[in-house]
Amino acid sequence: MHKVAILGAGRVGTALARRALSAGYEVRVATSRPAADNAFMLQIVAPGAIAAGAEEAIAESDIIVLALPLSKYRTLKPELLQGKIVVDTMNYWAPTDGTLAEFEGAASSSEVVQRFLKGTRLVRSFNHMGYHEIEDAARPQGHAERRAMAVAGDDPEANLVVAAFVDRLGFDPVLSGGLASSRLFAGGTPIFGAAMTRGEMEENLGLSSENLV
Amino acid sequence: MELGIYSFGDVQRDAATGELGSTAQATRNLLEAIQLADQVGLDYFGIGEHHTREMPASAATVILGAAASSTSTIKLGSAVTVLSTDDPVRVYQQFATLDAVSNGRAEITAGRGSSTESFPLFGQSLNDYDELYAEKLDLLLKINESETVTWSGKFRPALNDALVVPRPERGTLPIWLATGGNPHSSVRAGLLGLPISYAIIGGQAHRFAPLADLYRRAAEQTGHGPEKIKVSVASPGFVGDDAKRAKDFFWTHWHAVMEQIGRIRGFAPPPRFHYDTEASGAGALFVGHPEEIAERIVTLHKSIGHQRQFFQTDVGQMPHRDFLRSIELLGTRVKPLVDAELGKRQRETDEATAHA
Repeated sequence: MHKVAILGAGRVGTALARRALSAGYEVRVATSRPAADNAFMLQIVAPGAIAAGAEEAIAESDIIVLALPLSKYRTLKPELLQGKIVVDTMNYWAPTDGTLAEFEGAASSSEVVQRFLKGTRLVRSFNHMGYHEIEDAARPQGHAERRAMAVAGDDPEANLVVAAFVDRLGFDPVLSGGLASSRLFAGGTPIFGAAMTRGEMEENLGLSSENLV
Repeated sequence: MELGIYSFGDVQRDAATGELGSTAQATRNLLEAIQLADQVGLDYFGIGEHHTREMPASAATVILGAAASSTSTIKLGSAVTVLSTDDPVRVYQQFATLDAVSNGRAEITAGRGSSTESFPLFGQSLNDYDELYAEKLDLLLKINESETVTWSGKFRPALNDALVVPRPERGTLPIWLATGGNPHSSVRAGLLGLPISYAIIGGQAHRFAPLADLYRRAAEQTGHGPEKIKVSVASPGFVGDDAKRAKDFFWTHWHAVMEQIGRIRGFAPPPRFHYDTEASGAGALFVGHPEEIAERIVTLHKSIGHQRQFFQTDVGQMPHRDFLRSIELLGTRVKPLVDAELGKRQRETDEATAHA
């Protein structure tokens, strides 16, 4: 589990690429542009990341990170992602991205994304932290200021793989439950945008140490 | 290094009643701020298009036009023009008119902007954002190249040999591209050979250094000459006579605006320790006494090499007198320190080159 594909090369995608590279992962980045167009950009903003087409990046990687604007999720190709562990970092922000009917009133945006990406092992994480904090706030294991990162998904094994990824990138993973529980750390919740330690986040999510496996 | 200010025309709050002041008074206050910025020797003033009760600067060129007649050297621009919901022909005509009445001091900065109220106001859909921006930027640049324009697109009627006047006396208007840090925007500005303006409003400012590098290399590869390649940095900033008082004071106003934005976008406003981290060292908030701010600008210049830095000061219903005092200190205290330090560095570099 040391190869990561990042779909999207905006602020979130390139920040995650740099973090994953410095954590020792092999990183491929793909966007809607041809790989050759991204190669020059990546060489400067995320040196070491491999510019690839989406198909190649997905096929070559163990973990696929969705770092595109949520409004573009329908450009993803579900058939390429079958059986893959996919991390959903996206959020629904109607005030800046426009209204998308299927997300209005949806319990969590990730459940809508999962319905579109049938057959993928979708896990939501990294969505509640600002892109520059993904870099600035990362800390080694055991550090007193290490921040917590929520992880939610319906596939227990995929959740553990993403939790280990979160940990290697510099955050304490907190498993909140199934994908539906990701509404607990979506926009408008106390966790969204806040800096919390593992203990604080567990308390906020109503998780006590007894019912954690 | 050029120094300046940008504002969204924030209204003030009446200290006695706690009520928001009028949008008309805020507009007159903004004009006074531009006049002072000119008097104290600042280089640039930008108005960021907004359409809210708290931030009513919806018609930047009208305010800048008034400022043009009562200022002498300061450059007058937008920060930013929300091009996606405006007509590029009209934008160009207004700024070219401003350029004429200000004797060549007008600039346009095009960008997404930090808020989106103009979309419903002018009947555009946010879902078309990317396409609207690309198309309108294309037309704006065409108009800047030539006074007669032939163009067609999706969102506005085609132009066939259409005349767009008045024309800037320098031939063209400076058109900057504003970006919040998406790498593709840096590539786009570089490929087009346009000056770029980075909005660095949170996190560690030096994180933008690779983007500036990307921009310069994209421009160089495309063959754009160095005279076209300029970088500016826009950040929140407040200068006070005393460092601690300045930080405490700006915190209350910055926190107020973060609360307002957080309510709309669903995030918790950052706590004080977060602010303190970003208001020092390499952080994005330039808040403190003049020596400290000058030093931090010079430090950032080492990693980004920018030609201009300008600050958003009047946030969160800041009293007008404090806004004016910060402008005065930026011009009379910070600017000479930055000029002296960067001038010294330049002389050292020149000497080193001469002796090599």
